[in-house]
Amino acid sequence: MTSLQLENIGVRYGDTDVVSGVSTPVLRGGELTAVIGPNAAGKSSLFKRIAGLVKGPGVIHLSAAAQAAENAICYLPQDTSTTAILTVYESVILAAKQGSSWKVTGRELQKIDAVLNALRMTDIAGRNLGQLSGGQRQLAAIAQALVREPKILLMDEPTSALDLHRQIDVLSFMRELATRRNMAVLIALHDLNHALRYCQNVMVVVDGRMIACGATHDIITQDLLRDVYRVNARIERCSFGNSHVVIDGPIHDHAAMSVEDFAACA
Amino acid sequence: MSLVTRQDAVVLGSVQYRARSLRRLLIVAGLSSILFLSMAVDLATGPANYPLTDVLRALFVPDSVPHQMRVVIWDIRMPIALMAVIVGAALSTAGAQMQTILANPLASPFTLGISAAAGFGAALALVLGVSIIPAFVEFIIPLNAFLMAMGAALLIHFFSRLRGVTVETIVLLGIAMVFTFNALLALLQYLATEQALAAVVFWTMGSLVKATWTKVAVTALAVVIAVPLFARRAWALTALRLGDEKAASFGVRVQKVRLETMLLVSLLAAIPVSFVGTIGFVGLVGPHIARMLVGEDQRFFLPASILAGAVMLSATSVLSKTLVPGAILPIGVITALVGVPFFFSLIFATRRRS
Repeated sequence: MTSLQLENIGVRYGDTDVVSGVSTPVLRGGELTAVIGPNAAGKSSLFKRIAGLVKGPGVIHLSAAAQAAENAICYLPQDTSTTAILTVYESVILAAKQGSSWKVTGRELQKIDAVLNALRMTDIAGRNLGQLSGGQRQLAAIAQALVREPKILLMDEPTSALDLHRQIDVLSFMRELATRRNMAVLIALHDLNHALRYCQNVMVVVDGRMIACGATHDIITQDLLRDVYRVNARIERCSFGNSHVVIDGPIHDHAAMSVEDFAACA
Repeated sequence: MSLVTRQDAVVLGSVQYRARSLRRLLIVAGLSSILFLSMAVDLATGPANYPLTDVLRALFVPDSVPHQMRVVIWDIRMPIALMAVIVGAALSTAGAQMQTILANPLASPFTLGISAAAGFGAALALVLGVSIIPAFVEFIIPLNAFLMAMGAALLIHFFSRLRGVTVETIVLLGIAMVFTFNALLALLQYLATEQALAAVVFWTMGSLVKATWTKVAVTALAVVIAVPLFARRAWALTALRLGDEKAASFGVRVQKVRLETMLLVSLLAAIPVSFVGTIGFVGLVGPHIARMLVGEDQRFFLPASILAGAVMLSATSVLSKTLVPGAILPIGVITALVGVPFFFSLIFATRRRS
C-alpha cells in the first residue's frame, strides 16, 4: 500500500523560509490531494522539497511499497516551456530511459505508444515540443511523468494551460489511474471547483505554512474562501448533488486592486 | 479530424520514431563518409597533387607506393589532416555541450572568451617571454594558452554556479572576457617588437601547419577521454535541454552533470586552441549544423556534432591549400569566410523545409 506523510517539512532560500513546519496526516495511494493556496504561498517549493530537488528540514515518510519502487516520487514542474529540438515521443523516451542504455527496446516503445494513446496524444507524438501550444506541452509533461510509473506523483498546476474539456479529461483520468495504480497524487490547483469535484483531500498552504489538511468538503468552506482568498463566496450543491463554489465577488479591502488609484495616475 | 483510426495511430508513434532514428543513423553514416573523403582529398592536396587512388593505396597498402610519396602523405600531410579532423571534432563537441549545459545557442569556446584567453596566453609567451609555469620552457606557448583558456572556462563555470546567475548573464560574462582579453592582447601587440607582433598575428589567425604527431596525440587524448563520458551521460544531457527542473524530476543530478561536463568542455576547448590558435567558427556552427540534421537527442547529436566539426575543418584545410595556388592561408580565416555562407544556406534550407 502506497502512502506518504510529511513531518515538519521546510524549505529555505538564503535567509528566507519559503516553507516551514508542514506536517500532514497519512496521504494514501489511490487518492488525489489538492494543494491549494494563493500565489507565491510556497506550493511549488513544497513539491520540490518532497521530490528531493531542494534541501530542507523535516522528514518524508514513505510506505515500504513506495520505497521499493524504481521511481518512487515524480515531480511534474509548472513550467513546460522549452526550445529543445525533441519530439513529444522522444521526450517521453527520455523520461523513461534515464540512467539506462542507449538502446530503446520494442517493449519500451510499446509502453510509450500505450501512454500516448491513453492520453489521446498520438496525433502530436511526432511534433517538436517547441512547436506545441502550452496546453499540448502540459499533456506531454504528464505523459513524461506517467511513463516513469511513480508511486507518488506531484503535479504543479498541470491543467493551467488546458481547455475546459482537457482539464476535466486529465483530472478524471488521474483520479481513475490513482485508484487503479494505488498512486498518491498531489495536485496544485487554483480552480477550487476542480478540487471539490476530483480530489478526496485538500491541503491549504498560505505563506509557506500548511493551515489545513483533510477531506475536501470539510476544508473548502465559505470561511476558507473569505480568509485565504479574500473572496465572498458560497458552497452550493447542484441538482446532481455535487458541491461547487459560487463566487459573489472580492472583498474590497486595502489589498484589492483599485481603478480609482489607476485613474489618479492619468 | 484525423483520418487514421486509433489503432493505426498507436502504431504510428513508434513507427515514426523508428523511421526517424534510421534516417538519423544514415545522416551520421553519410557524415562519416564525407569526412573520410575530405581527409583523403586533404592528403592528396598540396604542392604535389596526388590522384585519390594513389592516396588510398598509400593509406591502406603503404608499401605499394613510392617511398617519397609515402613520406609526404604519412609524415608531412597526415599530422595536419588528422589535426584538422581532431581539432574540428573537439571544438564542435565543446560548443555542443556548452550550448547544452548553458541552454544557450550562442555558447561556444569562441563567444565565451576561451579562445581570446588562449590568444592572450600565447601572446604573453611570444611578446614578453612570460611562462605561467616556468618548468616547461619548450612548451611555453601552448602551455600558456592552455592555462589561460582553462582559467577562463573555469571562471565561467564557477560564475554560472552562483545563485541568481542566469544564462544570459553567463553569455554576457563571456563577451566581457572576449573584450578584456582582446584589449590585453592589443596592448601586448602595441608593446611587441615587429617580429613578435608578426608571430602573435599569425597565431591568432589559427594554423594547422605546425601540427606534429605529439600535438595530434594530445588533442586526440582529450577527445578520447571526453566523448565516452558524454556518451555515458547522453540521456541526462538531453534531459537538460528540457530545463533544470524537468531534468531533476527525471532523476538527473543536474549540478553534478553540469560540473563534469564543463570540466571536460574546458579540456576540449583549451587543448586544440593552445596548439592551433584561434579557430572560432567551428565551435559555434558545428553543433548548429548537427542540430539541424539530427535534432537534440544526444545519441545522434553527439556523433553528428563531432563529425560536422571534423568535416568543416577538414574541408577548410583543403580550401586553405587550394584557394590561392602555392600558398597556405590561415585556417581560422577560411573557416569563417567559407563557413558563414554555407551556414546561412543551411538555415534558409531548413526554414523552407519547415
